[in-house]
Amino acid sequence: MDNEKDCSMYTEHIDSGKRKVTLSMTVNGRPVVRDVDPNMTLLHFLRDNLKLFGTKEACGEGECGACTIILNGKAVTSCIVLAVEAEGAQITTVEGLSKNGKLSILQEEFVSQDALQCGFCTPGFLMSTRALLDHNPNPTDEEIVEVLSGNLCRCTGYIPILQAVKRTAERERKELGR
Amino acid sequence: MEENKYQSKYKRVGQPYDRKDALDKVTGQAVYTYDMELPGMLHARCLLSPYARAKIVSIDTSKAKALPGVRAVLTGEDSDILVGLYMQDKRVLSKGETRYQGDVVAAVAAEDEETAERAITLLDVVYEPLAPVHDVDEALEGKILVHDDINNLKHYVGVFFPQKDSNIASWNKSRKGDLDKAFEEADLVLEGEYSLPAVAHVPMETHVTIVQADPYSNRIKIWSSAQSPFAIRQIMADSFHIAESDVEVHIPYVGGGFGGKAGIHLEPLATLLSRAAGGLPVKVRATREQEFNQLPTRAGMRGRLKTGVTKEGKLTGIQAVYDWDSGAYADYGVNVGKTAVYSGIGPYKVENASIDSKTIYTNKVFSTAYRGFGHLETHWSIERQMDILSQHLGIDPYEFRMMNLLGPGDQTMSGEVLTESSGSPKECLTAVVKEIGWTGRKSEEERAREWKTGKVRGKGFAMLQKAPAMPANTASSVIMQMNGDGHVKMMIGAVDFGQGAITALAQIAAQELDIPIEHIEISAEIDTRANPYDWNTVASKFTFMGGNAVIKASREMLRKMKDVAAQALRTDPENLLHANGEVYHRHSPERRMTYKQIALGYMYPNGTGIGGPLISSGSSIADGLTNLHPETGQGNPAAVWTFGAHAVEIEVDIETGHVDVLKVASAFDIGQVINEKLVYGQICGGVVQGLGSALLEGYKFNADQQLMNPSFTDNKIPTMKDIPMEIVPIYIENPQQNGPYGARGVGEHPMISIPSAIGNAVYDALGINFHVLPLSPEAIALGIASGKKSILCTDTDCLPGRS
Repeated sequence: MDNEKDCSMYTEHIDSGKRKVTLSMTVNGRPVVRDVDPNMTLLHFLRDNLKLFGTKEACGEGECGACTIILNGKAVTSCIVLAVEAEGAQITTVEGLSKNGKLSILQEEFVSQDALQCGFCTPGFLMSTRALLDHNPNPTDEEIVEVLSGNLCRCTGYIPILQAVKRTAERERKELGR
Repeated sequence: MEENKYQSKYKRVGQPYDRKDALDKVTGQAVYTYDMELPGMLHARCLLSPYARAKIVSIDTSKAKALPGVRAVLTGEDSDILVGLYMQDKRVLSKGETRYQGDVVAAVAAEDEETAERAITLLDVVYEPLAPVHDVDEALEGKILVHDDINNLKHYVGVFFPQKDSNIASWNKSRKGDLDKAFEEADLVLEGEYSLPAVAHVPMETHVTIVQADPYSNRIKIWSSAQSPFAIRQIMADSFHIAESDVEVHIPYVGGGFGGKAGIHLEPLATLLSRAAGGLPVKVRATREQEFNQLPTRAGMRGRLKTGVTKEGKLTGIQAVYDWDSGAYADYGVNVGKTAVYSGIGPYKVENASIDSKTIYTNKVFSTAYRGFGHLETHWSIERQMDILSQHLGIDPYEFRMMNLLGPGDQTMSGEVLTESSGSPKECLTAVVKEIGWTGRKSEEERAREWKTGKVRGKGFAMLQKAPAMPANTASSVIMQMNGDGHVKMMIGAVDFGQGAITALAQIAAQELDIPIEHIEISAEIDTRANPYDWNTVASKFTFMGGNAVIKASREMLRKMKDVAAQALRTDPENLLHANGEVYHRHSPERRMTYKQIALGYMYPNGTGIGGPLISSGSSIADGLTNLHPETGQGNPAAVWTFGAHAVEIEVDIETGHVDVLKVASAFDIGQVINEKLVYGQICGGVVQGLGSALLEGYKFNADQQLMNPSFTDNKIPTMKDIPMEIVPIYIENPQQNGPYGARGVGEHPMISIPSAIGNAVYDALGINFHVLPLSPEAIALGIASGKKSILCTDTDCLPGRS
């Protein structure tokens, strides 16, 4: 093979990754301190270190939105964010959506509108929607579509998801006074 | 969705319950194979052939093996195991020659993913690139054989027909009547050719499996993101020469399948790696790129049709030749090809017809089942041809179809006679045509007027049909046990990968037993050691077959319950009825007892027990099906037909070529809605997936047969921006007399004929007939710019033949 040189570069890269960095952040309201490799993605940090398996990888290149989480109030695809970039951040994952053992309105509407089938993309859709409605409690259809077009779903045809998001916004305005 | 308008006549069947798996899936608790970690688990990476066809001259694995953390390195020299669903044609690891860019040349298992990946880069392979077989025409010439051992390949004899010294994995045929006479009697004989490229399934969870192969016995434990636990077990046993009971298959939640996870995929490779690593569990997970270029696709297809019709519009004969570009291996591809010979003329009565369907090997990514397999493809051909015929005849396409559609007493292509119980294609078409407001084709004047605005609207519609494509003896089964609290535990063998099987079946059981659906305990998780047999979770067959098995099991449960209750109530079981979780006497209803009192056996006041824990089972097997005659294709392949129709309204931007889908009306004769919410979900999902095939998706290969678009950047699927403004579902309920509550399957059907309906609407809008998919903006814009009325070829990179 003609890529001897590339391999050795790769080796150095991996070795340099062994120098751990101490990282602290708040995840789903809980303070977290861990030593991590500087080249670790936030997705792998959440799954491998914190064992929060709700966040999924479906492409690993920021194209499909399955790994979406909320970082300092913004929806990000955690597969293309380094864990070290989240130093000091407030993070919410799908595991942080319900409080006190009760589903949030958003989760309830995804259930009742049947806005999921296989469920693999669902955490990403929930988090993108959460970030959208936190910023804009009364979005138009166009605004919802614009934001959620970054999340891929192969099962539902999106229509039940759109409906669930609209109903969530409506109920949150009414019930939570947003 | 509007508030539920559908009204069911049943208490539980037909009601829009929330899916039973929803809670796990909105809270992040659902565990998929991708999420699983086992003690000591190793991670695997594969080295794929960079060439479509090449000789493997040598592989030096020494550097990879020496890397700390590497526990196993395998090449084709280490195993000669062959696998295959219907044709045993695929080596787990390539040896001698690679057959597509994506064939596994070597595999590594290591302690972590990074080490496995690094080990792959240390493998030193010398290839000698060979000329690949590019397309079906080159394959049919047979100068290069993709499988030079085709004459000796083990296959399903009598159902599939590999041709000697050729690239034809199976040539299936059907014949009836006298075609020469039919074309002679016709006033118009029209020939047409229609093609579509290979398309990816794109499950959001890529293929992933974990295997632990016991080094001390034959036992193999498999956890897999798969649709067919019992098929995996059977094929593993066959390929590894062990007993089926040596193989245990566990299916946790599955992140989408669409047919791509039917059959067997990464499990044999993970088994070999686990064995080589001393029995440690090994996880093999496809990257998104590998999902596109290593795992199978829907085959590209070319259909050539010749149809005869009288000037009044009566079809006299159809001759169809379907060539499937199955790529390097047959997998489900041969069965896809087989469907064409009994369903490939659509739901039309035609006395004289012939179909030749060839599943053909080329050096491309191989093909497998994909939602409604064989049908989206053949219906793209037949439903475009019907539209073009009606154009030539000057007859309204609705009237033309109505004149020729099947009805009770008519024969299907394979000679099966339809009855009132078979469902009604005509009702489906009439319903969608009415919903879309069809008043006939656009006139040239209307078109010219709209053209000036830059946007032209069009309407179109298409028929569809499908019966489960499955062996004639396909079977399913259910086991039920009543828990001590009177709830019922139910075990099935089918996988719920999102289609809603567990919810639909729980509804049927709850209806039969008359208990709340919450009292039915059913898991999406399958374990072949415990769950009863089901052939494969494919083909829209499970509501029908599993539903019938549930009814049998429920009735056996009730019978056993009433036997015990009759003793306790000192009466004859004939006198007992049941309702709301209680058994009671039909004349004196105060003589009653709850299910709970009998569940584990009835206890008299003095402590004496009778009966015992209530267990029942139900089996169902396809009823009266036959293999098709090898030459004539006559026989009975269809357990249950589901007929349907789509009508669409679109708007074409004549400058950009973009097709905006304004409305889709979809009608299916499903006999009985089991759960309106789930059916609506299947319709929305299938329609949008169909729009992907219609407007966006398709594999593109370069001259060396390397896939040019193995990523979401270049191989786009529909996003929320691509959905129609409106999807109107229409449920026609002519009951299937042998279906559960009259129901038929509808999981796959919504995807079929979406491309043909769009293609017909594009003609209505532009007056141009497109013969190839996808109808992408560039295809439409170039088609308009060409000034031609018939577009036979838009992008030769992606088509199965040379045209």
